Amino acid sequence: MIEISVHKKLQSASGTMLLDVQLEIEKGKLVTLYGKSGAGKTSLLKIIAGLLPVEKGRIQVENSIWLDSYKGINLIPQKRNIGLVFQEYALFPNMTVKENLLFALARNQNKKSVNDLIEIIDLGDLQYRKPDTLSGGQKQRVALARALVKKPQVLMLDEPLSALDLEMRQKLQEYVLQVHKEFKLTTILISHDISEIIKMSDYLFELDYGKIINQGVPTEVFTHNKDFTKFKLTGEVINVVKQDFISIITVLIGKDLVKVVADDNEAKKLNIGDKVLIASKAFNPIIHKL
Amino acid sequence: MIDWSPLILTFKLAFITTILLLVVAIPLSYWLAYTKSKVKPVIETLVSMPLVLPPTVLGFYMLIAFSPSNAFGNWLDEWLGLRLVFSFEGLVLASIIYSLPFMVHPLQSGFSNLSISLKEASYVLGKSKLTTLFKVLLPNLKTSLLTGIVLSFAHTIGEFGVVLMIGGNISGKTKVASIAIYDEVESLNYDAANTYSLILFAITFVILLMVYLVNGGYFKRIIS
Repeated sequence: MIEISVHKKLQSASGTMLLDVQLEIEKGKLVTLYGKSGAGKTSLLKIIAGLLPVEKGRIQVENSIWLDSYKGINLIPQKRNIGLVFQEYALFPNMTVKENLLFALARNQNKKSVNDLIEIIDLGDLQYRKPDTLSGGQKQRVALARALVKKPQVLMLDEPLSALDLEMRQKLQEYVLQVHKEFKLTTILISHDISEIIKMSDYLFELDYGKIINQGVPTEVFTHNKDFTKFKLTGEVINVVKQDFISIITVLIGKDLVKVVADDNEAKKLNIGDKVLIASKAFNPIIHKL
Repeated sequence: MIDWSPLILTFKLAFITTILLLVVAIPLSYWLAYTKSKVKPVIETLVSMPLVLPPTVLGFYMLIAFSPSNAFGNWLDEWLGLRLVFSFEGLVLASIIYSLPFMVHPLQSGFSNLSISLKEASYVLGKSKLTTLFKVLLPNLKTSLLTGIVLSFAHTIGEFGVVLMIGGNISGKTKVASIAIYDEVESLNYDAANTYSLILFAITFVILLMVYLVNGGYFKRIIS
């Protein structure tokens, strides 16, 4: 179990923002931080990694306390057992792929783990190349492998796949899922991509303006939309956006736009301009006084 | 035939100064690049002062400070056996201060331009600040290092005022090439002055040309 409670003022584009979150992450789960850019997701990862100081906070991972501002405990990043994959990869340009991995070895650690990772993550052909000569997807694999060399308890990935094309992204999602299971990691992922989140994560925290505004199992969070009511409504399909294996359908009801998640088979039948019926059975209607 | 000792002395001075400058400037520029301290602007200003101050001003105050008739100079002399006025050691110290901005500026901007996540990635991988500096940061600052080394070297070769003030004109000890030229002109010995000048001109030209070629990627292009 990882318990995180953080209180920090952040300077954002729109002025000072207070990052104030409490969250608990079960051991061995893959959780996603989701939210608009500037919501504080990357800052939260950096705080967990010890790269960003906080005013108040407490971070406990299993039985070890990484941060406790009341007791004056604040482990340096070097002492926190984490693997971090940066958004811009942060591979060391002066080292080859293999040297990047070897650099990550702890003292007295066997080189075998580097060779194992080269095998698991398919880096054999790339190991003697410098990062500058690699494609985005290749760099990402190296960054993932490097983060795993010292066998971290917690793996954190900051929008690792956003810059990749769909095919490469799907392949890398598999790699991440594979190592997550194989190394029995607790993984924290930042992602914007709804289908990626539904495919990969066990749990979701949605951040907005420094606060957690929503959390739960991804499919429930994304389908439980305030705009859903028990009423049946008819509308017109405005847009169909395919996201891997689900589609987001935008429907115009009266003057309001409503987004609906549909699976591929349903989405295939729908064309822009079609009249559709939207109904909800599971949830109670919500009443707002206007 | 001209006396070669001023030229040899010049290059010896430039070489030692550059090595010592590296030792001083790497930690200093690292600190300047990453600190959030409020005294940073003051330190930056002090480092840059030799760029605008007449060298004679610097030389004058060093002369006063290091003179054995002074408390500080006397202390250096008695306790460390260092006589910094009219000596080679004094020249080295003066040159280090005088060429400091030429080493610190390229290194500082090099550190600042490196992505912060390189440093963070290394820390997260459990590496100390020192390991990170030597294994990750400095190897990616090769062009900045080269620029700093060459500019300090060339600048030390070219200094005159500060050397004259604190070193004087002692043959084989403090008489560097730039002073030898002045000396020869004073005694209307234009041929010798011309020879020294030509040699200095040629050498500094070649050194600077090398920097621009290397930093402009010219050699890389030839190889590939």
